[in-house]
Amino acid sequence: MKIVALSGSNVGTKTRTAMDSTIKVLHEKYPEAEVTLLDLAEYDIQFSDGRNYLEYAGDTGYVAQTLMDADAIIFGTPIFQASIPATLKNVFDLLPQNALEGKVSSILVTAGSAKHYLIPEQQLKPILAYMKSQIVQTYVFIEEKDFYRKEIINDDVMFRLERLVEDTVVLTETYMKIREAKEEAYGF
Amino acid sequence: MENYRIDQTKGMEFGLYTLGDHLPNPITETRISAEDRIHEIIELAKLAEQAGIDFFSVGESHQEFFATQAHTVVLSAIAQATEKIKIASSSTIISTSDPVRVYEDFSTIDLISRGRAEIIAGRASRVGLYELLGYDLRDYEELFEEKFELLLKINEEETVNWSGQFRAPLRNAKVIPRPKNGSLPIWRAVGGTPASAIKAGMAGVPMFLAHLGGPASIFKRSIDSYREALSRSGFDPSEFPVSTAGFFYAAETTQQALSEYYPHINEGMKHTNGRGFPKQQFAQGADPRDVMNVGSPQEIIEKILYQHELFGHQRFIAQMDFGGVPFDKLMKNIDLIGTEILPAIKKYTAKSQEE
Repeated sequence: MKIVALSGSNVGTKTRTAMDSTIKVLHEKYPEAEVTLLDLAEYDIQFSDGRNYLEYAGDTGYVAQTLMDADAIIFGTPIFQASIPATLKNVFDLLPQNALEGKVSSILVTAGSAKHYLIPEQQLKPILAYMKSQIVQTYVFIEEKDFYRKEIINDDVMFRLERLVEDTVVLTETYMKIREAKEEAYGF
Repeated sequence: MENYRIDQTKGMEFGLYTLGDHLPNPITETRISAEDRIHEIIELAKLAEQAGIDFFSVGESHQEFFATQAHTVVLSAIAQATEKIKIASSSTIISTSDPVRVYEDFSTIDLISRGRAEIIAGRASRVGLYELLGYDLRDYEELFEEKFELLLKINEEETVNWSGQFRAPLRNAKVIPRPKNGSLPIWRAVGGTPASAIKAGMAGVPMFLAHLGGPASIFKRSIDSYREALSRSGFDPSEFPVSTAGFFYAAETTQQALSEYYPHINEGMKHTNGRGFPKQQFAQGADPRDVMNVGSPQEIIEKILYQHELFGHQRFIAQMDFGGVPFDKLMKNIDLIGTEILPAIKKYTAKSQEE
């Protein structure tokens, strides 16, 4: 199973810290999973110009291809101006319309205010659904006060992250089986 | 219709087209050489002619997994190897070519083939060729519109006076040789959306509509929009042919056809487009209302006749060689077309003189 952990912003530390914790849980609990971290802060990615993703070169091509090859993607994102960051939206724009078909997506969010709680529900999930992803419905919402010097200090957040990882893996395994059975049933 | 060499008393035309893809056969995981692939395409055109198929065309794609970038050169070999089948491009990317050179090439092919050449001009669904050939992707729309207009002008006037943004002006320029009968049928290639179909109608040119899958009734919208745009622009829609182009594969049973063709489509599209073709959608393609002509000969006949009733089109061209389909299967398809499908379609779509 190929899992990509995408850290969706090019500034700040909280989302990356949460992604690192998530990856640690993945390695501990599911050592057989092939996990790749994509931190958008580490790549030089161009704006989408509408071309097929195969035609992007360099970092842009690498990020697009890595996401297209994934069975599951854990999207980590901060909230900027009451929405997802432009860097993350650009990644969606780089990919084909139905790019997430057959893939599982799950979400973790870091935010400066609890008032942003419904933003992933109302702004990120519709994009994932439009791109035909199977979505882990419950996401992990992490606030400023849950961090201290690049560490998560709230045990409840850690428990929620563990559940998110488990739900992502279980849904991916299950969905792969469902798809296999469905495709088998077509008889060709 | 005569301008476009269409005779409706003979029934709807049936053709084959290839994008010139050069993909591995997913069953054997081997790929023939580009040399063999090009010879296969020329051979396929000869077999199509022998089976009574009306039309054969070759596309231009400047990217990995394709072999007919120089499609006019391949077409001229086909012109030499055949005697009566119509030959064309599917399509010529006019945006990144010089219309003068394109016209010279195609009128020469027309002369070699003694009057059988046509041009289908498109905009390219992939954009790698802009960089390869030195064009700016931001000019995508305008490059096509300007160069297509010039191509049409050259077709109408032997001596051309023209100036535009993307090419040096032409002053009393003679574009020769002229095609055998003075002009060539030039079509506009149109993808799924009505917007592009409307442009074809406004320009008063025949339309080639590509469709992969989905309900035929959706594609009827583009055809209706095209004919409405023709009328609005002062043209008579009954004088302009419509052709459709899409996946085709025939086998003894529909299940066998789906089973044989699916791996080629799915794996081939992964290579060329970066995403496979969803099996669910392919399975739905067997429905009589779906536009994908994959199935037993009888089901394909019924589908094409249903599409003909819906679209009132003059030609359908079939893509059956995508994704490394082995040559013996292509020969089998041509055999089924020639012996079963073609006679039935011709019989039911031939229009009497009075109509």
